[in-house]
Amino acid sequence: MTINWFKYSSPASFYSLAGKMIPIFAFAAVISLVAGLYVGFFVAPTDFQQGEAYRIIFIHVPAAWMSMFLYVVMAFWAGIGLAFNTRLSSMFATAIAPTGAMFTFIALWTGSLWGKPMWGTWWVWDARLTSELILLFLYIGFMSLQAAIDDPRRADKAGAIIALVGVVNIPIIYFSVQWWNTLHQGASVSINQAPSMASTMLLGMLIMVFASWMYSIAIILKRVRVIIIERESHTAWVAELQKKDSIR
Amino acid sequence: MNWSSVSDFFAMGGYGLYVWGSYVVTLICIVAEIWLISNRRRTLEKQYSLIRNINIRRDKK
Amino acid sequence: MIIMWIIKRDLLLAIRRQSDVLTTLFFFVIVVSLFPLSVGPEMNMLRAMAPGVVWVAALLASMLSLNRMFSNDYMDGTLEQMLLSPQSLSLLVLGKAFAHWLVTGIPLVIMAPILGIQYDLPAEALVVLTLTLLLGTPVLSLIGAIGAALTLGLRGGSVLISLLVLPLYIPVLIFGAGAVEANMAGIGFDAHLSLLGAFLLASLALAPWATASSLRVSLE
Repeated sequence: MTINWFKYSSPASFYSLAGKMIPIFAFAAVISLVAGLYVGFFVAPTDFQQGEAYRIIFIHVPAAWMSMFLYVVMAFWAGIGLAFNTRLSSMFATAIAPTGAMFTFIALWTGSLWGKPMWGTWWVWDARLTSELILLFLYIGFMSLQAAIDDPRRADKAGAIIALVGVVNIPIIYFSVQWWNTLHQGASVSINQAPSMASTMLLGMLIMVFASWMYSIAIILKRVRVIIIERESHTAWVAELQKKDSIR
Repeated sequence: MNWSSVSDFFAMGGYGLYVWGSYVVTLICIVAEIWLISNRRRTLEKQYSLIRNINIRRDKK
Repeated sequence: MIIMWIIKRDLLLAIRRQSDVLTTLFFFVIVVSLFPLSVGPEMNMLRAMAPGVVWVAALLASMLSLNRMFSNDYMDGTLEQMLLSPQSLSLLVLGKAFAHWLVTGIPLVIMAPILGIQYDLPAEALVVLTLTLLLGTPVLSLIGAIGAALTLGLRGGSVLISLLVLPLYIPVLIFGAGAVEANMAGIGFDAHLSLLGAFLLASLALAPWATASSLRVSLE
């Protein structure tokens, strides 16, 4: 049997498919979150250098990874939407941005709270933290550009261009910040090369990464569904849903 | 087991402020995100049920 | 040749409205002069800050006039005609960015050494500062053109441009200011200059194309 995948690229059929998928991903997110936190707090041992403070990595590292992945995924869908004029992929890009920005903020916040006991200051102009901050600026730029444009089709395309320009620039920005950081040595003390990371620590972190993925997928699908209804309110299929009182 | 008591667990070896500060803010962010989307959705649902009621009333006439 | 034509035209328009050029230049001068007033006249500190201050001020100054790059042509309908013309839109955009650089970038480059003297920069550092600005400011105009095209006709467009464009300016800022600092620290600055040159080439190749597609999106 072959599944007609193109069927799902139309917002109408995707809407109901997404509605069925959300509980699955939400369930997986909750289960893996509980498992990850259990491993992180009760199985993983105390780090002999950083004490208990290292337990922040169980959210810091997944959040930092997600923030970067989500930007690339967002730019990818925005680019597809621009190239093939598919509404759904552009809606996806719009739906990903707030979640990506949230993870970027969490990565900055937890990085700062981790830095205080480790480096002695709340903020260090370290290459990673600085790049993460710039990434937050890029997310904010994307979202405010889309928010400023009233016509959704123009918002999609303009957002796609700025997302793609951002994606081309991210490696350049990261490289520049790295260079700048090595030039101004002194402030940064790298603590990321943990000399010996116990395997249970790594396990806890990986489970949390998985939980973040599941959460992101569930929440993005939820947001996409709202965006679909908002944008397609004039179409026949939404009117049909409306008649049956089942936009749920 | 890493912790001998509940208070021990919350103290986090003296790093309680930092560890719980991270986890609590993350929790707030996630709850806020879910709440915001649900809210946006409820507004839509309300709009739709209003339109629907109007249509039903018109059909009855 | 379409590029020459558009450059000539934009320059002519700029000469008729000189206030735009002067505003940018005075903004640059004022911002740079504000720093000693806010942090104190201690010469060693000022010397260390100078490259960064001049570069940040140049970034802000060249951004100030970005929203005017297309908006006048947009208002009077010229831009629409340009889009419809058989000429390559990328070349047209390149010409407009170049004109923007001649009008706003070049005055900054000429003014920078004088401001550097205020900060007691050594002669060699002044030369390096001017060189980096010469290589860097065209990149600012080229990247800025993308932001200007995307925000065309939007409410609050000029604030929005800064959000879009400033993060993208960061590499130019780092290497521009870094070259002067490296020179003052007695390290070679060749690598910085060649990287700035690479940024210039890359943005020459990509930015007009991105700007052209942004214009098409904005005028659809």
